[in-house]
Amino acid sequence: MDFFTELLNNPGITRAMWPATVETLQMVLIATAFTIVIGLPLGILLHNTGKGGLLPIRWLNVVLSGIIVNITRSIPFAILMVALIPVAKAITGESLGPVAASVSLTIGTVPFFARLVETALRDVSSGKVDAALVMGSTKMQVIRKVLVPEAMPGLIAALTTTVVTLIGYSAMAGLVGGGGLGRLAYNYGFQRYDMGIMLVTMVIILIMVQIVQIVGDIVARKIDHR
Amino acid sequence: MITISDLRKVYRQGNNDVVALDGVSLEVPTGKIHGIVGHSGAGKSTLVRCLTLLDQPTSGTVAVNGKELTNVSDDELRNARRRIGMVFQHANLFDSRTTEQNIAYPLELVGTPKKDVAKKVSELLELVGLTQFAKGYPSQLSGGQRQRVGIARALATDPDVLLCDEPTSALDPQTTNEILELVKELRNRLNITVLIITHEMHVVKQACDSVSLLEAGKIVEHGDIEAVITNPSGRLASTLLPLPGDAPQVDGAGPVVDLLYTGDQATEPVISGIARKFNTDVNVLAGSVEHLGDQQFAHLRVQFAPDADLGAIVEYLKSAGIAVTVKEAK
Ligand SMILES: Nc1ncnc2c1ncn2[C@@H]1O[C@H](COP(=O)(O)OP(=O)(O)OP(=O)(O)O)[C@@H](O)[C@H]1O
Ligand SMILES: [Mg+2]
Repeated sequence: MDFFTELLNNPGITRAMWPATVETLQMVLIATAFTIVIGLPLGILLHNTGKGGLLPIRWLNVVLSGIIVNITRSIPFAILMVALIPVAKAITGESLGPVAASVSLTIGTVPFFARLVETALRDVSSGKVDAALVMGSTKMQVIRKVLVPEAMPGLIAALTTTVVTLIGYSAMAGLVGGGGLGRLAYNYGFQRYDMGIMLVTMVIILIMVQIVQIVGDIVARKIDHR
Repeated sequence: MITISDLRKVYRQGNNDVVALDGVSLEVPTGKIHGIVGHSGAGKSTLVRCLTLLDQPTSGTVAVNGKELTNVSDDELRNARRRIGMVFQHANLFDSRTTEQNIAYPLELVGTPKKDVAKKVSELLELVGLTQFAKGYPSQLSGGQRQRVGIARALATDPDVLLCDEPTSALDPQTTNEILELVKELRNRLNITVLIITHEMHVVKQACDSVSLLEAGKIVEHGDIEAVITNPSGRLASTLLPLPGDAPQVDGAGPVVDLLYTGDQATEPVISGIARKFNTDVNVLAGSVEHLGDQQFAHLRVQFAPDADLGAIVEYLKSAGIAVTVKEAK
């Protein structure tokens, strides 16, 4: 009982917890939106410039796949965050705060999501694409009306995984100036040994991840007619 | 009408060239159902892929109703493809779309008004007998029903030609019959030209007017069913109308001959005719008789008495239009 009354009177919780949660949500939402906007077309391009794709262009596929995707993924995220601060400043005009952090978050997650998109598209049988082509579809129609809708359950699963990863990354982003729950846990939990705040932060992040996962699973199941 | 002339397709595999089609020429007249049979690796799938330009032929041309598909722009090719309906072995329906949305797909592509789409879709659903499944998803349908949806979808643009690639190979015999009967009925109703690729002889027997045997990328035998089935030197006759596997061979107790004949003669009492005319015993060793379309075909193995005048009998049978093969002892 004592522990809980203490928690409820803890200024770190009463005053700082809510804004920090909002900041984290802000980062995750902005980064998710841009990851979809950039990562989905990139994943589609990756799939279709590859062997057996609608528009096999070997060099482009090698460039996209090898250089952009793999290299970005092999750099540890924490280092990428710091390295991208100038880029974030150039785009948003600031180097601190959740909006600036969203830039680095997006750049860090896009390759990850694009790879998952590519994998989901690869699961669409080539027979369906053949059928669409024989019926007189343009390549764009095949992508919009067949590839993406048929891969949708896989794409939703990919998005779920990506958002969960983003929530984790956003905590890291908090440490290098992004704010949010990561910053809060660091300031109070690590620097002041405030175990209460540490615990509450973890619970909130856990709940966020659970909600995303559950919603993602429900949506994926609902649209899966296979 | 489908016209294929001197179609060649060479695949490059590493440093080897694989000749999948080696100069295929074929014409299927309007309103006919033509079968293409061949063993695994003969080039059947390659032929369909080249026909629809899913694969670019190495050389040769393909035309539907005189309109060439090879060497045209992307736009023209797309338009030409709308004149072709295609049915696949595994139907290849879109799982994210309901039955009616699947059938509507080819119409959506060209921006057909919603009202017209709905009308056409319900007509097609009725044609293939699936009206009650309109709102269901493909995963809720049986294999035969899926194939019916595939056929309806293929017919949505009122094509001149229906290409079927192993349409019944994934179905049980009963469903196979239903699908083939449907294809025949559609041909009769719509006067559509049909090409069926298959490795199953009974598909040819049940549905086709004519047939080609594809082997190592070449057509090695070709003709109307009636002609190929009664041609004893051809390879299709013995596969279309085989003698039972345990048919007795030559045993020295008298000459053995195989007879192939069609409808008109089958009604005549060939066997008793010989017995009477040559005053000899005729022993039927094995035989199969089948009705294809409205005609009867017979493939018999018979043995005559040792003292029978074989030369005269063969002469007589040949003059009656019966194909005769005298079996030699092995
Ligand atoms: N994409 C390809 N690349 C290289 N070789 C190919 C390709 N597709 C087919 N081939 C070759 O072409 C030949 C004909 O193949 P095809 O698939 O047309 O045979 P099929 O008659 O359809 O056989 P099945 O009844 O087994 O389906 C085979 O030797 C095959 O190895
Ligand atoms: Mg094949």
